[in-house]
Amino acid sequence: MAYAMQQLINGISLGMIYGLIAVGYTMVYGIIGMINFAHGDVFMIGAFIALITLLLLQMGGLMDGPAAILLVLLVSMVITALYGWSVERVAYRPLRGSFRLAPLISAIGISIVLQNYVQVSQGARPKPIENLLPGGIEVMRDGPFVVQFSYIQMLIIALTLGVLAAFTLLVTRTPLGRAMRACEQDRKMASLLGIDTDRTISLTFVIGAALAAVAGSMYLLRYGVIDFYIGFLAGVKAFTAAVLGGIGSLPGAVLGGLLIGLIETFWSAYFSVQYKDVAAFSILVLTLIFLPTGLLGRQEVEKV
Amino acid sequence: MSGHRPHRDMILEVAGLTMRFGGLTAVSQVSFAATRGEITAVIGPNGAGKTTLFNCITGFYRPTGGAIRLHRPGELPVDLHALPGHRIAQAGVARTFQNIRLFPGMTALENLLVAQHNKLMKSTGFGLGAVLGLSGYPRAEREAVELAKRWLSATNLMERADDPAGALPYGAQRRLEIARAMCTEPSLLCLDEPAAGLNPRESDELSRLLLDIRGQGTSLLLIEHDMGVVMRISDKVVVLDHGKLIADGSPAAVRADPKVIAAYLGEGDEDEEAEVVA
Amino acid sequence: MTPAQALRDAALAAAVAFGLFAMLVGLRTDIGPAGGLILRSRWAEVALLCGIVFAGRLAITLWAGRRALRATTGPTPFTLALQRLGRFVAPVLLALALLLPALPGIGRYELDIGILVLTYVMLGWGLNIVVGLAGLLDLGYVAFYAIGAYSYALLAQYFGLSFWICLPLAGILAAFWGVLLGFPVLRLRGDYLAIVTLAFGEIIRVVLLNWTELTGGPNGISGIPRPSFFGLPFNMSGDPDSFAGFFGLEPSPSHRIIFLYYLIFGLALLTNWVTIRLRRQPLGRAWEALREDEIACRALGINITTTKLTAFALGAMFGGFAGAFFATRQAFISPESFTFIESAIILAIVVLGGLGSQVGVAIAALVMIGGFEVFRGLDEWRMLVFGGAMVVIMVLRPRGLVGTRTPSIALGRKRAISGDLVGEGHG
Repeated sequence: MAYAMQQLINGISLGMIYGLIAVGYTMVYGIIGMINFAHGDVFMIGAFIALITLLLLQMGGLMDGPAAILLVLLVSMVITALYGWSVERVAYRPLRGSFRLAPLISAIGISIVLQNYVQVSQGARPKPIENLLPGGIEVMRDGPFVVQFSYIQMLIIALTLGVLAAFTLLVTRTPLGRAMRACEQDRKMASLLGIDTDRTISLTFVIGAALAAVAGSMYLLRYGVIDFYIGFLAGVKAFTAAVLGGIGSLPGAVLGGLLIGLIETFWSAYFSVQYKDVAAFSILVLTLIFLPTGLLGRQEVEKV
Repeated sequence: MSGHRPHRDMILEVAGLTMRFGGLTAVSQVSFAATRGEITAVIGPNGAGKTTLFNCITGFYRPTGGAIRLHRPGELPVDLHALPGHRIAQAGVARTFQNIRLFPGMTALENLLVAQHNKLMKSTGFGLGAVLGLSGYPRAEREAVELAKRWLSATNLMERADDPAGALPYGAQRRLEIARAMCTEPSLLCLDEPAAGLNPRESDELSRLLLDIRGQGTSLLLIEHDMGVVMRISDKVVVLDHGKLIADGSPAAVRADPKVIAAYLGEGDEDEEAEVVA
Repeated sequence: MTPAQALRDAALAAAVAFGLFAMLVGLRTDIGPAGGLILRSRWAEVALLCGIVFAGRLAITLWAGRRALRATTGPTPFTLALQRLGRFVAPVLLALALLLPALPGIGRYELDIGILVLTYVMLGWGLNIVVGLAGLLDLGYVAFYAIGAYSYALLAQYFGLSFWICLPLAGILAAFWGVLLGFPVLRLRGDYLAIVTLAFGEIIRVVLLNWTELTGGPNGISGIPRPSFFGLPFNMSGDPDSFAGFFGLEPSPSHRIIFLYYLIFGLALLTNWVTIRLRRQPLGRAWEALREDEIACRALGINITTTKLTAFALGAMFGGFAGAFFATRQAFISPESFTFIESAIILAIVVLGGLGSQVGVAIAALVMIGGFEVFRGLDEWRMLVFGGAMVVIMVLRPRGLVGTRTPSIALGRKRAISGDLVGEGHG
């Protein structure tokens, strides 16, 4: 029981990270209908920027608790957002309105570029950091087994919920959100009605990248080690989460992320660590076979 | 409304057909029959359920209730409502689409050959024999090309045979879609608004083509908005309104039916009357 | 754009570049003497990169501005000449490939590259059936390559079967897995299919990695038997029942390389031959029709599931053949050779070559894989350039090198169909 409780906490905090990345996938898919394959690598960039900012702060002797974390987060979000914007501008915008596979290949190319760019500029070796927020609270005790809810996990959950709340407000309450939803429904009509669709799409990428940066920073703090390759698997899992939740649906992305995080954690805890990815992917395949549009996806009525 | 009685000459029997989408009933308890060798038109105001009915008959929707049967001489009736989509075409029901659905990147001729897929597949020994060059495929393909040519000339598209379907003008695309449906050699051809978007001259040509097809023994079922075409060529007209069958008879009889007139003019609609009074 | 505007624009680009590169290039993280991470600054490199972006952006705006003035839509003499040349590309490439081992200056290294390129040509042609003709986006094609490779390795290891028996078996097993995967998932559309095939590729790789008793796990399988020349082994003994001895040749290690070269050449040609034949037949036409409009296919009585399955299984089978070849050539395989990036590269070859175009795929494989090998000296920069090239080619030629479709049959002369009309599939 206590063991399961611990897995639940671990699973939720991992799921939150997947959920944050998944939102970026689902937003981009919703608005321009492409799989932004490079999004996982944008997440990796976010983690690296956070790492470098953190080291800068440490060198300046400014390393001090929550304020520093907030600063790290902000810098990472801003610079990663710039990466998101540049990627869209350079590799996707020229292909707008072109056929479906061209942006996908372009995205795969960008993914290769980003990975190898970081490998070349930062080296291939994993980068470890020490735990910034050690400790946590004891949730329950079952004989020798102590269920820990670490401060970092709390931070991840609180921060993710906060960011998602802000993001939901942005999409539902602001003119930008309205423009985004309009582009999602019908891009041509939106542009006829005077919405600057290029700008809206750019902003979608910027927001998606900023959310991925939050996820990257959290990943760095939680696991304490990153390398240039973390983006691939995290990206694939997050995309899986987006599809599982119903691609195009924002709550679906978060739900899917949580599910993937929980499945992975529980599978590792009770069955086998090696096959945790197989478990996540198998669940995805099964979901899609029985629920072809994901959990919260809109059922498409076939128009003939 | 007389209802329908199964009779010997019918090709299509629709009995108590109901189609619901969630809480919305698009077609409710519709029954009628189409006679072999005739043109049956389904008309009705927008949103009357015509296209839904049509999609049920051609297997794109699975009806919530009721039955659709295809009767072919000397054979047992086929329950279309229980067949998967592609089986319906194999049973002898071909269709066209309101928004033309050709294979735009393939030539007109290729479009017509794809329509003869099942027949040709059989002659290739389901793909394997033909790769090895064993079967009588060349002869089968020659025959298929002959059939395609016949329909190309019937639809006046012979010079465009090697042009990609997507590059043809609108009217030609409509005709090509009919030719493609006819290449499946159907016993019932279903046309979804074949005259939509055509100019009067093209409408006339279409009417002649449809009468030709009827003349060759194929029965037709069409949804149409162009009353000129409907009244000119139909042998029988079925009228739907709000998902219900409100009239079923000869063009002349239907035209004079007060219920039909009311449906088209919106009379008897209480909301509107109330508005007029207010 | 006036020069002043162009300058401002370039300055803006340089500012963005500074934002991008300042941290990731300017500050390098390294393990310090104390074991923790330290930062090392590299501002010169950042300045250089910003300078390059500035100059590049300036050049592009000025050049694009001039080009826009002369923009023509119709065919220019240059493109027409290219089209005329295009007809000779395929025969010339074929002749070159056939004669390659006999050409002067072609040594072992060049032949090895030739074998590698032909392997990717074959994989590209195999995937072309699935993606280019049937319009099914498969992001896990490498799984079938892996299945083929491991089938041969395991069959040879456990049952001592020869390459020539294992080759068809590997293809059949891969096709079988293709059907097994395809059956439940082929009714999924578009990107759902893409992600499921990707997941399948990863599942296969993870299983290969962890099922240590059977597959050797990360250590892979080594000592895979080399192919024989229809029973005559290649060795240096000069025995009468070795290849060299039987034909009275001087034993030479290059015999095996040349044999492997012609083996993959033959397998690739088989793939090509089957594809070309099928394209002119109902099955191939149905694949293309499926790519164009699935709903219309259903209305014409075409069984969509079986048609998709045949494409999937056939593509998988050729992937399996290529895998068996890969195993016998390397004599060693491990899950590392079958990562997602392989799938991505094969897909990129198909898309860059032009969906459905056999010649385009061959050229793309030659350029991408050949180019990749030629730039071996660039080390870790190589993948960076490779990825960048993918982006640049796509931006310049979204439809790939050969963007037109040739009709499978015609009453008169066959005329190429513009890529704008050709569908790309939704499945």
